[in-house]
Amino acid sequence: MSTILYPLLVLGGLGLLFGIALSLASKAFAVEVDPKVEKIIKALPGANCGACGYPGCEGFANAAAKGDAPVNGCKVGGAPVAEKVGDILGVGAGESEKMVAKVLCQGNSCNAIKKYEYVGIQDCKAANVVAGGDKGCQYGCLGYGTCKDVCQFGAIEIVDGVAVIDPEKCTSCGQCVKVCPKGIIELVPYKQKVVVKCKSHDFGKPVKDNCTIGCIGCQMCVRTCPTDPKAMQFDDKLAHIDYEKCINCGLCAQKCPTGAIWSLLKKPKKDEKVAEKGL
Amino acid sequence: MSLFTILISTIFVNNYVFARFLGICPFLGVSKKTDTAFGMGVAVTFVITLSSIITYFIQKGILDTLNLGYLQTIVFILVIATLVQFVEMVMKKTSPTLYNALGVYLPLITTNCVVLGVAILNIQEGYNLIQTIVNAIGASIGFTLALVLMAGVREQLELADVPKALEGFPITLIASGLMAIAFLGFNGLV
Repeated sequence: MSTILYPLLVLGGLGLLFGIALSLASKAFAVEVDPKVEKIIKALPGANCGACGYPGCEGFANAAAKGDAPVNGCKVGGAPVAEKVGDILGVGAGESEKMVAKVLCQGNSCNAIKKYEYVGIQDCKAANVVAGGDKGCQYGCLGYGTCKDVCQFGAIEIVDGVAVIDPEKCTSCGQCVKVCPKGIIELVPYKQKVVVKCKSHDFGKPVKDNCTIGCIGCQMCVRTCPTDPKAMQFDDKLAHIDYEKCINCGLCAQKCPTGAIWSLLKKPKKDEKVAEKGL
Repeated sequence: MSLFTILISTIFVNNYVFARFLGICPFLGVSKKTDTAFGMGVAVTFVITLSSIITYFIQKGILDTLNLGYLQTIVFILVIATLVQFVEMVMKKTSPTLYNALGVYLPLITTNCVVLGVAILNIQEGYNLIQTIVNAIGASIGFTLALVLMAGVREQLELADVPKALEGFPITLIASGLMAIAFLGFNGLV
């Protein structure tokens, strides 16, 4: 009997003793928490994603209450949360443009060729180790869903070998941007309707050999771009858009011979194109 | 063994980090800045010394008399966990800066093997109360020394031109390995 009773009494007694001591100490050393911090924590989404650069929502709330973090620092919450945090702290919400992540590749199974058959671990990082993945283009989306796995909001789907991000579900937390081994996911303004969906810095010929929808570096878009200074820029054999200058006219997308420039704007029919050219 | 011998032996010859390889987690985690490293050292010193004294009394007074030696580990962990909680509360009240700087490593002292290691080794070596206290203080000074030295090295490493493949953690591990070898030089001192 005593073999069971003594250890029980000893452990239980010590536990009780220490517990009481701790609870007394917690009263004696209680620290008053800034009520603002608690309010801010309630206003935040509570995803603890860390996109703000602080360790979790509590870290951000502490920094925001002190004035170290901007009120619109929470990218997941976006404008509504910035407004709430701004109200709590008695300052304005500040400008916070909604961003969404975009996968800058359209090389699905119809458009892009594969250089070998990959049968290893179904993960982009693992596939990337084997000669840069199975896609012919070394800048292409591998489509094994590493970004999909890391997305806490279910915004990413793999469609025919290419990751596609739902702009409505995306909170621009930036986790997929960090995890993509190819570095082809970027944050783009939500309002942006025209995006160069290609990251290939190859010359025109290898791009064309590997993919029918890549940027071949013809610079048609740069010549077409009506803005001054040009929103469409060209650097290291790849066109890219300066989103601050872009006016979303969509002319570049119309001119692009391969279709590497993705556009939400209505595409003109073939007849109109022909008419424009005067043929 | 004289008290002075115990002190020198635990600080240098049997340094808990470099010779016994205990407490590697905070050693690598909190050794980025000298200030934080020193703060961590002080917190660990407090916990180790106090836990050694309390565990000594519990071992002699309760466990030995009731033949409950097998409960040693779990009871010691209980003591250490309580002490760490206590230190955390006190530190949050008195020095919020240090509390924030130590971050997650402060509650992790609970599972820090140095603290448990010192408490258990004190019993194994058959030290009396005075020897236990001296050994605990020596162990903490040795731990703090290792942490501060390493922090100094890492602050210098930030400025050094490290090969790309070794940047960050790998070079830190290499540096700590070299320091452990350097501490081997104290062998034979006692």
